[in-house]
Amino acid sequence: MVPVTYYVALSAVLFTIGALGVLIRRNALIIFMSIELMLNAANLAFVAFASVNGILDGQIFVFFIMTVAAAEVAVGLALIVAIFRTKKSIDVDQINMLKG
Amino acid sequence: MNFSEALNSGLFFQLVPWIVFFPVIGLLINMIFGGKMSEKAVGTVASLASGLAFVVAVLLAYSLSATHGEVHRIFLAEWIHIGDLKLNWTFRVDTLSTVMMLVVSGVGTLIHIYAIGYMHEDVRFHDDIKRFRRFFVFLNLFIAMMMILVSGDSYLMLFVGWEGVGLCSFLLIGFWYDFDIIGRKSTANAEAGKKAFIANRVGDFGFLLAIFTTFWHFGSLQFDTVFAQAGHQPATVITAITLFMLIGVTGKSAQVPLYVWLPDAMAGPTPVSALIHAATMVTAGVYLVTRSAPLYSTVPNAQYIVAMVGAVTALFAATIAVGQYDIKKVLAYSTISQLGFMVAAVGTGAYVAGIFHLAAHAFFKALLFLSAGSIILGMERGHHHLAHGHDDADAHHEEEVFDPGDMRNMGNLRKQMPVTFWLYMAGTLALAGIFPFAGFWSKDEILLDAKLHAEHFPGVYWLLAIAAFLTAFYMGRQIWMVFFGEERTEVAKHAQESPPVMTVPLMFLAAGAVLGGLMNLPFAGFHNLTHWLSHTLGELESLPLNLTVAGVSTVLALIAIYISWLIYGKNPLKAGQIDPLKKPLGFIFTGMENKWFVDEGYGVVFIQPFEKLAKFLSIDLDWNFWHDWFHESVIFAGFKGLARFLSDPIDMGIINAIADKLADWTKRSSESLGRLQNGFVRSYALSVLLGVVAILGYLLFK
Repeated sequence: MVPVTYYVALSAVLFTIGALGVLIRRNALIIFMSIELMLNAANLAFVAFASVNGILDGQIFVFFIMTVAAAEVAVGLALIVAIFRTKKSIDVDQINMLKG
Repeated sequence: MNFSEALNSGLFFQLVPWIVFFPVIGLLINMIFGGKMSEKAVGTVASLASGLAFVVAVLLAYSLSATHGEVHRIFLAEWIHIGDLKLNWTFRVDTLSTVMMLVVSGVGTLIHIYAIGYMHEDVRFHDDIKRFRRFFVFLNLFIAMMMILVSGDSYLMLFVGWEGVGLCSFLLIGFWYDFDIIGRKSTANAEAGKKAFIANRVGDFGFLLAIFTTFWHFGSLQFDTVFAQAGHQPATVITAITLFMLIGVTGKSAQVPLYVWLPDAMAGPTPVSALIHAATMVTAGVYLVTRSAPLYSTVPNAQYIVAMVGAVTALFAATIAVGQYDIKKVLAYSTISQLGFMVAAVGTGAYVAGIFHLAAHAFFKALLFLSAGSIILGMERGHHHLAHGHDDADAHHEEEVFDPGDMRNMGNLRKQMPVTFWLYMAGTLALAGIFPFAGFWSKDEILLDAKLHAEHFPGVYWLLAIAAFLTAFYMGRQIWMVFFGEERTEVAKHAQESPPVMTVPLMFLAAGAVLGGLMNLPFAGFHNLTHWLSHTLGELESLPLNLTVAGVSTVLALIAIYISWLIYGKNPLKAGQIDPLKKPLGFIFTGMENKWFVDEGYGVVFIQPFEKLAKFLSIDLDWNFWHDWFHESVIFAGFKGLARFLSDPIDMGIINAIADKLADWTKRSSESLGRLQNGFVRSYALSVLLGVVAILGYLLFK
């Protein structure tokens, strides 16, 4: 049986990678993927703790998150496509029209 | 009820308000409809209005004699009811007021008719036909006011008339307000009106004080109530009242020292001079003293002052009249002198003689003035006639210097104006006091009274006797200068007689001047006026003819006329020659010629200091002190300082600064906060991350 620490550590590593990806990368698609990575890191942490503690709540919550993530993908990709169509680019650093 | 029953029952007394209403109606008609009426219609309406007032006055006189001269008071309306002061608009019909009404409306009506002819030409010589109507409106207003004056039953009602006639006098003296007396464009006539008004204000002020004192001590202004208490009041009070009243009399009746306005009042058209400034208004003072006889009788000292004022005026004005050249100015000073006779008479208690002379004088002086007006117009016509012969430029030049009223421009006018000459002679003989003309009887009665009361009134008789001598002299001088000798100008040669509308009323006046003595002949059974007035003034002694007094005055008058013939008649004045009296009399004649420099003296003593005071008040006090210093420096600058204080440090420094700082701070904070929203989604993400780290850090390490 793999100790839960490993799962949590993996989850933390994944989340960090995701977070760094969001912060560092400029390509919107990559950022999007990094967000998915963070979500799945969270999912992993949920699942790990749920199995350790023998409570199903975490398992169920993961389904919710996956559903929300799916919806988010649908909306997010649509946005990215729309942005690309007008800007011919998906570099987030060029998308700063809402600057104060 | 037939006419005589109405007379006896006193029904006609109810008509007395109409002596005021008729002239008022006349003036309203002329004022409202006069613009569309012809000159004849305007004049007829005005004359009718005055004439109807005369008819009413005659009816009143008849009714009065039918009811044995009892006083009748006709209530018309309530007037002033304040506290103790209860005054009604009540007319008083007694023998005294009726005499005045008859004189005013009788002479007034004749002058109205004369004025139709006179003004017809006068407005044309002045080139302003529209003023014809205004003249008659004023004239009717004057008659109405004079009627209020003589018919009022209280001092205040008398005062209303007193002020009213003063107003009419002002309006009519300044009738040609944009000309001077010779007809040049100037403000001289307007200034003469102003002078009359102001001199009268001084007198009216005295009269007002008398009225106030009367009300203060007697608690009433109604004549009978006041007179009933006259004996019970302290003599000092009555002396004060009578002397204050005398100030009013000197103003209105042109006595020393307030007479100076009357000669200047000759600026008015001649009918005005005759009606207002000779026959009626100026006699108001004599009427006032006579009306207040019960007051004056109790204070002999005041009576003496009144008598002396009158006597001094009579002599003083007579000396000035000797040195005048303007035909109307001579008559003006003569009027002042004759008013002096009347005032002296009523001052000595000879009320009947005063009123007698008043009535007689009204006839012959109105006659003289109107004849003088006829002469002046005759000269104007001659001048006009000549001016048409020359070319225009010449005529205009002459027009500017020619004075139709200057006696030095006349001479031998009896040839050109025979009717006027005879009328003027009648007036002159009456004024000079030649038997049997009206002036002889009335003046003699005054002199006789003064002589009989000489112990109480020393000096009065002699002053009056000398004045009477001078009167005959200056009238003689005038006659020789105007009607005899040679024509001293071309104009005099072409003078033309006046039309009948002017000469016929003069004939009536001349009849009055000749026969006026019948009013009160000094023979038993003929003391009509004495008897008539005794109903009002109490028992009066009827003086018989005193041959000494009458003889002395007649001889004096004849001598005076003879001397005037020696000087002016025997060797008539040549054109451009100076007055032959000038050499023998020297500086005395210079004084007479220049009115004894009284106007100049008043100028130095009163007017210049007054002007200086006015200038000081206006320039230094009002402008420099109040306007420049107080308003500009104190109020304006103070207010400006306060406003600046409120605006600069308070409003700008505090209130506005708070708002400004607030806005500033909001702006700056928004700027710095706005910088956070840089639009880079990754920096937002970083912030979120940092926030999460911070919160987690806090939760973990707390």
